[in-house]
Amino acid sequence: MSTRAARVKRRAHVNGAGDKQEFLELYRQMYLIRRFEEACGEQYSRGNIRGFLHLYIGEEAIAAGVMSTLRPDDYVVTHYRDHGHALARGLDTNRIMAELFGRATGLSKGKGGSMHLFDASKGFMGGHAIVGGQMPLAAGLALACQYKGTGGMAVVFFGDGAVNQGVFHETMNLAAIWDLPLLFFLENNLYGMGTSAERTRAGGVDIYPIAGSYGIEAAMIDGMDVLAVREATGEAVKKIRAGEGPKFIEAKTYRFQGHSMADPARYRDQAELDYWLSRDPLKSFPKMVLDREVATEEELADVRKSADAEVASAVKFALESPPPAKSELFTDVYA
Amino acid sequence: MAELTIRQAIQRGLEEALQNDPNVFIMGEDIGKYGGAYAVTSGFLEKYGPKRIKDTPISEATFIGAGIGAAAAGLRPVIEIMSISFSLVAFDQIVNMAGNLRYMSGGQIKVPMVIRAPTGAGLQLAATHSQSFETWLAEVPGIKCVAPSTPADALGLLRSALSDGNTVVFAEPAQMYGVKGEVPDGRFTVPIGKASVQRSGSDVTFVSYGHGMRILHGAAAELAKRGMEAEVVDLRSLSPLDMDTVIASVQKTNRALTLDTARRTGGIMAEVAARLQEAASDWLDGPVARVGAEDVPWPYNRELEQEALPRVEDVLSALKKAYGV
Repeated sequence: MSTRAARVKRRAHVNGAGDKQEFLELYRQMYLIRRFEEACGEQYSRGNIRGFLHLYIGEEAIAAGVMSTLRPDDYVVTHYRDHGHALARGLDTNRIMAELFGRATGLSKGKGGSMHLFDASKGFMGGHAIVGGQMPLAAGLALACQYKGTGGMAVVFFGDGAVNQGVFHETMNLAAIWDLPLLFFLENNLYGMGTSAERTRAGGVDIYPIAGSYGIEAAMIDGMDVLAVREATGEAVKKIRAGEGPKFIEAKTYRFQGHSMADPARYRDQAELDYWLSRDPLKSFPKMVLDREVATEEELADVRKSADAEVASAVKFALESPPPAKSELFTDVYA
Repeated sequence: MAELTIRQAIQRGLEEALQNDPNVFIMGEDIGKYGGAYAVTSGFLEKYGPKRIKDTPISEATFIGAGIGAAAAGLRPVIEIMSISFSLVAFDQIVNMAGNLRYMSGGQIKVPMVIRAPTGAGLQLAATHSQSFETWLAEVPGIKCVAPSTPADALGLLRSALSDGNTVVFAEPAQMYGVKGEVPDGRFTVPIGKASVQRSGSDVTFVSYGHGMRILHGAAAELAKRGMEAEVVDLRSLSPLDMDTVIASVQKTNRALTLDTARRTGGIMAEVAARLQEAASDWLDGPVARVGAEDVPWPYNRELEQEALPRVEDVLSALKKAYGV
């Protein structure tokens, strides 16, 4: 952990108890993502969700923390492990689930699936499944914000696997020379599918120093600590909006399950998994909230109850939704 | 009417767009200070400034992808790739983003963008710089692909591309920037997806596009000396394909010959020939004759390169082989 990350974390923890509603909202988002992903796993086993399904379980603190700092007119671009980002950005839970089920009521009418979630009305520009391919797109969205002078910005999420793609470096270079309002957010969960970053990355698993070589200010933070994520992102976003150009944040995190539903994750040892499970944000965050008496157990239980109902209702909505009409095959190809 | 070169016609179209639509901007390698590898955007930086005329790093995947993002956010980028051969390193962006975004977002994301790129062999640029990937791009659903062979079509198609709601690949035959022709005054357009009959005839239908048109016109002149009249069709659009015009011509001539200056296997003319076979075999007096570049990497040596490119003699012998004329 860098000293900067430690500093950010410390400050987050002395940030007063005055923001009860904010803390409950962060908890709600993280819990909703966890429950949603668990429900996806169940529905995959039942055959209602097919194709590739990548769960965000374990990484919830990042999506919840980052989205809490953005404006409605900002753009969000992400990778194929995208359910958490979509939920935290406020996309409709029913329509996300319906998309996973391939139904007509899905965000993309069942044409995109789990890896390609979109809601342009919320600036949520995908859901992209070629590793690193989303990065130039985000630069273009940031360029449009700059060109039009909207004061908005873009954030692009990517994993440790993406940093070995050429477009990762190209996009950082372009963003830096053009001072684009773009936040690079690296979710470093230590594995690109089944291959550890230790085996694929020259220079070690800490990746943020690369940004410095493009003149981009970078920080590394604890991705299991939602307040640290929110704090560091908030600072970066403020600087970006002030016209300081792109910023880079690396959050160390861990997915508690395999890469996709097809992956039993045999390449990771139990001790490593146990370590990260012990840092589960869905345990540590509510514990901190209770310890500091920000909210009561009843209030947390109410959050859970409401999110459970939201997910159950999304599954019901998806199950009851019709499939797309056959004629949909030929729509949305051209304007 | 004014006589312009293809280069000047493209310049006119780009300048109109820059003047009429504040959301139009141009980006690419060496398009600004240098003036463009083929001098199409010469003087633009001085006239329109660095916000609208953006020199990029040599990162085709990223500046094309950035154009796609800008288009998705409501701008209308015009991207210049220095050679369509370099589109190879940007194929993920062009296919998965420009081509697939609208579909996989259920129609939410639109990418109205023009990608301009010189294409084709014949300038002794060897294997990496002489390819014709418009034939690959024409296969990609969600994007359109055009290739003018006259100044009037260059301007008319560019105007259409600049008002289209989709990404349009605008392939410019690299050998033909200096070709002159009459260009009508006023704001005429050439619709995307409409072929043009450049020469009328009743004995055989010739089909090609871009640089191939020069070869076909040469062959048509030879045939005329023998008293045969070729109808010469310029596809102009590779995607969507206008088979109606081609089929109507074949119904008149009962003979068809296609020519590709791209490698012949898997080129767009393979598709034209297959569709003629499906839709017009009753009207054909023999097989669709095909002429195309050889299926080899482009050689540097001039004689070898010319050997790989189709020539007038190849057209005439293919016609003889298929139809005995």
